[in-house]
Amino acid sequence: MIGSKRKLILQPQSDPTAIRMSTLTQHELILGLFEAAPTTFLSLRQLGKESFYAQGLPTLKSEEYKFTPLAKKLESNLTEFYPAEQVEISHKQVKSALFPNFKGVVLVFSNGHYLPQLSSTSEGLAVNLLSERENTPLGSIAKIDKDPFVALNQATFTDGLHLSLDKKKALESPILLLQFHQTQGGQVISPRIWIEAGDFSKATIIDYHISLDEAPYFVNKVVEIRGGVHADITYHSIQQENNQVIEVSNLVTDIHPDAQFTSTQITLSGDMIRNNLTLNLLGSNSVGEMFGLYLLHGKTHVDNHTNVDHMVSHAESNELYKGILADQSRGVFNGKIFVRQIAQKTNAFQQNNNILLSDDVIINTKPQLEIWADDVKCSHGCTVGQLDEEALFYLQTRGIDKITAKGLLLYAFAGEVLDKIEEDSLRNYIVNQIQKRLESNF
Amino acid sequence: MLSIKNLHASIEGTPILRGINLEVKAGEVHAIMGPNGSGKSTLASVLAGREEYEVTDGKVLFQGKELLSLSPEDRARKGLFLAFQYPIEIPGVSTTNFLRTALNQVREHRGQEPLDAVKFLSLMKEKMALVEIDQKLLSRSLNEGFSGGEKKRNEIFQMAMLEPVLSILDETDSGLDIDALRIVSNGVNKLKSDKTATIVVTHYQRLLDYIIPDFVHVLYRGRIVKSGTKELALELEEKGYDWIKEEVDSTATI
Ligand SMILES: Nc1ncnc2c1ncn2[C@@H]1O[C@H](COP(=O)(O)OP(=O)(O)OP(=O)(O)O)[C@@H](O)[C@H]1O
Ligand SMILES: [Mg+2]
Repeated sequence: MIGSKRKLILQPQSDPTAIRMSTLTQHELILGLFEAAPTTFLSLRQLGKESFYAQGLPTLKSEEYKFTPLAKKLESNLTEFYPAEQVEISHKQVKSALFPNFKGVVLVFSNGHYLPQLSSTSEGLAVNLLSERENTPLGSIAKIDKDPFVALNQATFTDGLHLSLDKKKALESPILLLQFHQTQGGQVISPRIWIEAGDFSKATIIDYHISLDEAPYFVNKVVEIRGGVHADITYHSIQQENNQVIEVSNLVTDIHPDAQFTSTQITLSGDMIRNNLTLNLLGSNSVGEMFGLYLLHGKTHVDNHTNVDHMVSHAESNELYKGILADQSRGVFNGKIFVRQIAQKTNAFQQNNNILLSDDVIINTKPQLEIWADDVKCSHGCTVGQLDEEALFYLQTRGIDKITAKGLLLYAFAGEVLDKIEEDSLRNYIVNQIQKRLESNF
Repeated sequence: MLSIKNLHASIEGTPILRGINLEVKAGEVHAIMGPNGSGKSTLASVLAGREEYEVTDGKVLFQGKELLSLSPEDRARKGLFLAFQYPIEIPGVSTTNFLRTALNQVREHRGQEPLDAVKFLSLMKEKMALVEIDQKLLSRSLNEGFSGGEKKRNEIFQMAMLEPVLSILDETDSGLDIDALRIVSNGVNKLKSDKTATIVVTHYQRLLDYIIPDFVHVLYRGRIVKSGTKELALELEEKGYDWIKEEVDSTATI
């Protein structure tokens, strides 16, 4: 562990009140992360570091993180705040991790490090390490001053994935980012991904996180996506990791004229998860869709913060997040819709619905609308409720046992989001996972 | 088949059923009539196993066995069916979708093989014809956006699929137009046999022109206060309930 003297040296010279780190220990932990990192992307990382120090790890006092005490969680779960090395991944592991009947490009990662030797590609798609590409404007979409974890990622990432889809290229099958995670003693994984989709291109990306064992780790991921005009990009993210995992994901995308971006965020397990999804609708006639499903049990804590910025007129955003919470799980939903003054004729819809299966769960749901234009169509709504007892009784009177009846109802509830997943292999996989959960009474 | 003795039930401490006695034998049709709020639907719900109602006294035997301790699904599997007065909507669950699960659980209970998709579909086709219901309706979310009549038809369709021994039809006729009433009643009649029994709850004599009851009972303030044959229904149609209410209220102890 690094001594406290060093800490003082690394502190920013600027406003000392900006430092909001909660304890000395956390501060030291972060230092370990900086110390051990190699020397790639030096200037970017320096900026990231400074920004991170200015912001600090969020505590319960930080408005944006008030329900999700990550600082405390990191301290309790991680023993070594060091960058995670890659672990060996075999062909067999890759094969067995694929969804049944999956066909498409597979890009394999080990603790955030891209493994070209296990990966495939496809015509019209360039797959590179970030370090192999020059002039990638990293940090121009996911900006360090917007979130401390973006800054932390930029301060600590060593390399990452650069995906580039040719103009007019419509990929028939999806790209699977298979992210294997495993660390000893709880280390930090900092995946960094840049995706560039040419004008009129079309692709589906599946970002799938898998734990290789039950040990804790911290994933701090940043994904930047730049879609050209008329591009149609779908990004599915599946979080199904062990119940000691802490994860922060920042996905930020710029959506240009006539382009469409669809995100599906499915969370099935983990310890504490925070997903920040930011859609910048930069072009008119652009469409942003955000779908989410969280099925929580045990003590899993999931916080979905979405942020859509209507920067021009005639753009549309559509959001549906649904959650089922059992045991002592905790859900947070915060959906921000920002409509700028020039963004007339905006259509923005948002829904968050939750079913609580136990008295011990907590859900905080908050729509956050900031509308400066006057000619807009905006709607939002959230519901929090129990399973419909009358519906349950109805199904039972038809001879269906209570657990199966519950399953039918919950499944129907989740179905509205699952139906948005067009990729059959993925949808069937998730459906299967959910079915298993429902059969075991969640 | 069904024997109800001195049944008392209350909801949230308020007594609703206050001593119901009723004997239903195989092959019979019983009509239950009575003013609004008298407890008809409550009786149906208690028989079907709704948990909100607390049975405070009495006994119910179904096919010779104690009924009230069974779960709603076990009652259904043993052949009890309730067509709801107000069938609820279940978004995202279609009739086709839950009925196969239902039917196979019922069949399993009866020691029958589960039906595969093909056999299930052909059975469905047969029963759909019986109540003249459209398959499209059955693949939509249950009752969501259904017309009143479509909801009721769907109830009888489910009854046809599950082939119950005892059917309780709670105001299945309300919301049906004349043609639908005839179709649905014909359906019910076709499903009748000397091994099954039917209890119809209704406010209207016109249903009883189609489904001819062997007995007519008047439920009032949680008790069956008058029983008779189908002529009683005609009399009620003509005179209303006031004369019965007066009779009862003048001798009432509470
Ligand atoms: N959940 C409840 N809470 C309180 N009172 C209830 C509840 N359910 C039913 N009741 C009361 O029980 C009484 C009987 O209701 P029930 O629905 O059985 O009447 P009904 O005979 O079916 O009437 P209708 O002819 O209008 O269908 C009514 O006074 C009703 O208000
Ligand atoms: Mg009623």
